[in-house]
This record gives sequence, structure tokens and C-alpha cells, in this order.
Amino acid sequence: MADELTWRDMEVGNIVTEPGSASFRRTGDWRSQRPVLDKEKCNKCGLCWLYCPEPAFKLLEDGYYEPDLFYCKGCGICAEVCTREAITMTEEEEK
Amino acid sequence: MSRRVALEASHAVTEATRMADVDVISAYPITPQTHIPERLAEMVADGELSAAYIPVESEHSAMSACLGAAAIGARTFTATAGQGLELMHEVVYIASSMRYPVVMAVCNRALSAPLSVWGDHSDAMAVRDTGWIQIFCQNSQEAFDLTLWAFRVGEDPKVLFPVMVHLDGFTLSHVTEPVILPEQSEVNRFLPKFQYPFALNPDKPMTHGAFGPPEIYSETKLAQEVAFRNSKEVILRGWKEFGDIFGRYYHPVEEYKTENAKTLLLTMGSFSETAKIVIDKKRDKGEAVGLISLRLWRPFPFEELRQAVENAEILIVFDRCISSGGPGGPVFSEVRSALYDEKERPKIVSFIGGLGGRDMPQKDFEYVIDHGREIAEKRSEELFETVGVRGEVTGIRG
Repeated sequence: MADELTWRDMEVGNIVTEPGSASFRRTGDWRSQRPVLDKEKCNKCGLCWLYCPEPAFKLLEDGYYEPDLFYCKGCGICAEVCTREAITMTEEEEK
Repeated sequence: MSRRVALEASHAVTEATRMADVDVISAYPITPQTHIPERLAEMVADGELSAAYIPVESEHSAMSACLGAAAIGARTFTATAGQGLELMHEVVYIASSMRYPVVMAVCNRALSAPLSVWGDHSDAMAVRDTGWIQIFCQNSQEAFDLTLWAFRVGEDPKVLFPVMVHLDGFTLSHVTEPVILPEQSEVNRFLPKFQYPFALNPDKPMTHGAFGPPEIYSETKLAQEVAFRNSKEVILRGWKEFGDIFGRYYHPVEEYKTENAKTLLLTMGSFSETAKIVIDKKRDKGEAVGLISLRLWRPFPFEELRQAVENAEILIVFDRCISSGGPGGPVFSEVRSALYDEKERPKIVSFIGGLGGRDMPQKDFEYVIDHGREIAEKRSEELFETVGVRGEVTGIRG
């Protein structure tokens, strides 16, 4: 997207004239570890959703929370704050 | 009717700022710029000028406040000098990159250490590459005229760049001279209302100052650079319009008695006026000498410089700054580089003097021209010569 634009396409002063454009930016490719949820242990308390700085967690219809891997940078805060040890950070290459 | 009044150059700047009906001023006092923020504060307090005056704790904050004001489309002014310009340095770059047409007067001052409040061009040269339009004034009238012009050019929708108006600390800033002040109606004719096309407005949210990740940083900077160089057209048109209304015409390179001159002296700022007297005397004695003054420093006036020196055999460049460990004075270095590709170019000599308030009397400019001519002819290996410095400096080689 951005890497197709030439200098002629740049906004004056790098001003962003439409709000919300940061949501188009994939930050998930910074990640080396991903959070994996064990639903057996999860009690749907929402601490992961509350603490995620991105914020990448979203609430699903069944009451569980799931990280959006388009944004999740793999910082591991969710796994750290989970009182039930329901989230495990897993190396990306292990899948 | 215009009127002719005695004004200190600092107050010529503040009169221009008042007549430009500036909206926001944020400045921190520093010698020798002090009379500018003091007088503007008086004007606002006395109701002579309807503007917001934002007192701040440092120059870094002064420029930051100016950016915020410019972002909502306010006509914005500040002034500083020497160490103050250094302290605001990072924000100076941001003003031009975010395309905020702030106008700033700089009363040129030496940089510490040793601590000096007196004048030279070290502060100006340290902000050479910051992306501001930069011009140098020679007298109080020019300080008035060019401050007014700075708003006109910087705020032009085709430009949107900040403008620095350089005037020498003390030797100009504190000098009282006759200044012709125009009628307000003439000023209004020259200077339209500022209409910033990207003004922040809650009804239409946008982001100023967003990240420039590696995917777009290069393209963004190149776009800025192309726009900056293109500002030259408006710079010239601004001077033409100014002359048509006020009767005084300015040029990127000012020429004085350059007809048939074989030797040219190049100066910047108020010392050019002393140099003119020396040129007059030498012309009276039949010497083929002339003076060129760089008025426009950024964007650099390549074309006008080439034209001004095309018939000269010797060009002597006088710098009020040392480029430490470099190829000569900073202005010399740029001038020589600008002329390098010319098939026929003058021999170019670098002189450094007038540092930290050291006076440059007529006899010193006579020495610069006479000695400059000699060393150009014998092709000295010294990278630069000094003037007005006790003790001979030799052995500075490339």
C-alpha cells in the first residue's frame, strides 16, 4: 500500500487528512511469539483484553477473548497478567 | 501617506509584525534579540496589537508554542538569537517539515564558548539545513520590509514554509536609523489574510505530526525538498509585488557597483554597508571592484550568483563563522561549490573575520580586498585567511 506511493503522492507536511488510518497498519509482523489460549483454564475475566496495550484482544460472542494477530506484537503482557495461566506465549515457528 | 521615522532595527521588526496583524507571538528574551519580544509584549498589553502573547520558559517551548498556533491557522511570530536558536534547534526542523509558516527574526549572535552575546553568523550557519527560507538584512528599513515580506511568502499556499529573517546582533538590531513606514491600507493590499489549508478543526479531524516509517520517510522528505526549491518562484514574485506597492525592490543577490568589476567581494548582512563605503573609495581611485551581497541564503540563489560573478576574475568571500575543520568559511564553501561546474569561474578566496562582535572597520575590508587579490593571483595554499585577528594564522591546508 504505502510502498507503492511516490514522492508526488505524499501529503503536504505528512499530514494525515483522514482519521483512523493507523488501523490499516499491520503491526502483527513484528511478533516472534504469539499468545495461545487454553479455553479449559480461561474463566473469561477479560484481564487480557484490559491490559493489552495494542489493543489487539476482542470479545467473541461466546464470551472468550481472542487476539487479532493482524495487530498483536507478541509482547506477552496478556500471558503475564492472566491469573489462570490460560495464555501461553508460543514461538511463531512452532506454530 | 507613508511616514519616515527613526527606528531601532528591532523595533522595525516589531512594527512590521504589528502591521501584519499577527495572531500569536511566543518568544523567550535573549540578548541581543530582547527588544523584539519586549516591544511586542508592550504592544499587546497596551492594546496596540490584538494578539495572544504566550510567555514560555525556554526557546524550545517558544517554537513549540508557535507550531501549535500555526497548526490552527494563526499568523505566528517569534524571535531569538545565538544560544536560543540552538536550544530550539530540534523544533526548528519540525516547523519546516510540518509546513508551518512561522516567521522568526534572528538577531545573529556568536555561539558559546567562550560566552559571547555579540554578533556573528555562527547561529545562522548552524540552522542552514533546517528547511527554512532564510534572508539577511543590511539595515533597519530592510528589517521592516523583509519581515512583512516573510509573512507574505511563507504563508503563500504554494509555499507553506517558515521564514527566518536574519539581522546582525547589535550592529543592526540596536542601531537606530530612519525607516519609512507605510500606510496600513498598503500593508493590507500586500499581505492577504492567512488561510492555512490544513488548519486543525474538530469538525474535520486530521493528524499533524504522524510517524514517517521507512516506507514513506524518503518520499516525504523529497516531496518537502522539491516544494522548498519551488518556493523560489513565490519568493521572487513576493519581492516584485513588494516593490510595486512600496517602491523598494529586493533581489536574491544584491549587486553594488559590479559593472566591469574584475574583483568582487561577497558579504552578508549589515557589514555589507561598511563594505559599500570601501567599494566607493576604491572605485574613486579607479579600481575595478564591486560588492555582491547574498540576501537569500535558503533556498540558495544559484542562478543569480552565477550571473553576478560571470565577468569577475576574483571573488573574495567574507564569512563571519568558522566551519570547524572544514574547507573554509561556510558561505565560501557553498559559493565555491555552486560555481564548481562553470567553465569559466573566478578564483575564489575565503576570508574569516568579524567573529563574536569583532568590528570590521573600513580598513579591514580594504585589507580583505587588497590581500585577497594578491593571494588569488599567487594561488595561496591556505584554505582560508583571517582578518582583524591578532597574530598571523598560517598552515591551514587541505
